[in-house]
Amino acid sequence: MVEVASVEKRFGKLDILRGVDAGFEGGKITAVVGPNASGKTTLMKCILGLVLPDAGEVRVGGESVRRNPKTRAQIGYMPQKAQFPENLRPKELFDWIQDLRGEKSSLTRSLIDYFELEPFLGKPLRVLSGGTRQKVSAVLAFLFDPPVLMLDEPTAGLDPLASSRLKDRMFEERARGKTIILTSHVMSELEEFTDEVKFLLEGKIVFQGSLDEVRQRTGEERLERAIARMMEGGSL
Amino acid sequence: MNEAVKVMKYGFFDLLRSRWIFVYTVFFLLITGGLLTFGGDPNQAVLSALNLVLLVIPLVSLMLGLSYYYYTRDFVELILTQPVSRPAVFLGHYAGIALPLALSFLIGTGLPFAVYRAGNETDAPVVFSLLLAGLLVNLVFSALAFWIGLANEERVRALVIALGVWLGLTMVYDGLLMGFIVLMQSYPIERSLIALSLLNPIDLSRIVVLLQLDIAALLGYTGAVFQRFIGTAWGVAMSLSSLVVWIVLPLLLALRTFRRKDF
Repeated sequence: MVEVASVEKRFGKLDILRGVDAGFEGGKITAVVGPNASGKTTLMKCILGLVLPDAGEVRVGGESVRRNPKTRAQIGYMPQKAQFPENLRPKELFDWIQDLRGEKSSLTRSLIDYFELEPFLGKPLRVLSGGTRQKVSAVLAFLFDPPVLMLDEPTAGLDPLASSRLKDRMFEERARGKTIILTSHVMSELEEFTDEVKFLLEGKIVFQGSLDEVRQRTGEERLERAIARMMEGGSL
Repeated sequence: MNEAVKVMKYGFFDLLRSRWIFVYTVFFLLITGGLLTFGGDPNQAVLSALNLVLLVIPLVSLMLGLSYYYYTRDFVELILTQPVSRPAVFLGHYAGIALPLALSFLIGTGLPFAVYRAGNETDAPVVFSLLLAGLLVNLVFSALAFWIGLANEERVRALVIALGVWLGLTMVYDGLLMGFIVLMQSYPIERSLIALSLLNPIDLSRIVVLLQLDIAALLGYTGAVFQRFIGTAWGVAMSLSSLVVWIVLPLLLALRTFRRKDF
């Protein structure tokens, strides 16, 4: 569903991505893991077309992302820290995004209830707490039932209830064949639901495979240990 | 285009709710109302309003334009995750700031003149030219603000550049022009003066209004030169088209940056 082919990206003197090749398939939850500043968010933004790669190509549903806004209709994105127009209210934001896309979503009501946003619908976004804003962001990601979901640190800042609801939702979407790409620092959480791990180190994917393969490769039972082992470069 | 309008709509409503735009409108209402009530002569009021417009609008358009640019910068990311093209987002954002500012000037200045007109004689073309000049100056400096913002990630740097542009075009430029006239007074410099005025959007909009007043000759050298050498109609046409260039050029440069930018 999503293919990344020899993507390179420099920011000034920093080589963020140095030839990344990766494929993301439907019906799977794929986690992109790696140390801070390894290029996880940049990779996601390349898939979205927010960051324009210096070299290489990104394809979503077979179509190149470059200068092709239509590919984004297939992606639901939940950023690490969502920024909204502060004077707008969630209700207006949802209406406005639907208006912008010229597409009515039949899921609006159910998603608002699912993430318990009803009491906040009429409040300006600027007064909402970080967690509530994350929920607004989650609603936006799921709103148009896109075939690809990209969640950047989705559960950071969410309370346990919201966080487990989000996970349940992800499982449902996986069962429906969606391609789910996420990053997270909470390894125990990844262990719970990841089908595949892509390990990004200094702008390159140094390992990709299932959780079992990670364990075999490193000889560590816990994912956190295994990843730490990989970061140290011990088993590569 | 349709997408740009939709992007603009949110900016428009978001901004209408901010108190700055309200303060800005009330400012023009008070000033214009005051000038008309206590000044007596409406043409005199137009002139005073003009001088104010040429100082205040560039400054406010630059400052509010820049702060709005930085304020929306993060949110632009969210819009760009939607299937909307970058040029549409850019144009929508520009219109989202430029139009509310323009509207608040047009209401703040137009309304007092309209009320005054109900009971007094006014020179409609003169008032109209004032509104047009203010509108264009507004569009020019909002465009410059976006360009400066896009070219500078650092807010403080952008603010300093914007202030420099404002001082340069409102004050320094005229000073240099004066110096030029004094130095070259024994030469026929009229044509080069016209060319030099075309380079400054503030001079251009001043000319648009002054040429309507038929007293251009009394109000500065460039006005006189314009009236004498080009005539009112051509002078206005030329100033207006140069102002349009002043809007389009920074916008194109900013759009170029915006299309290549990483978010």
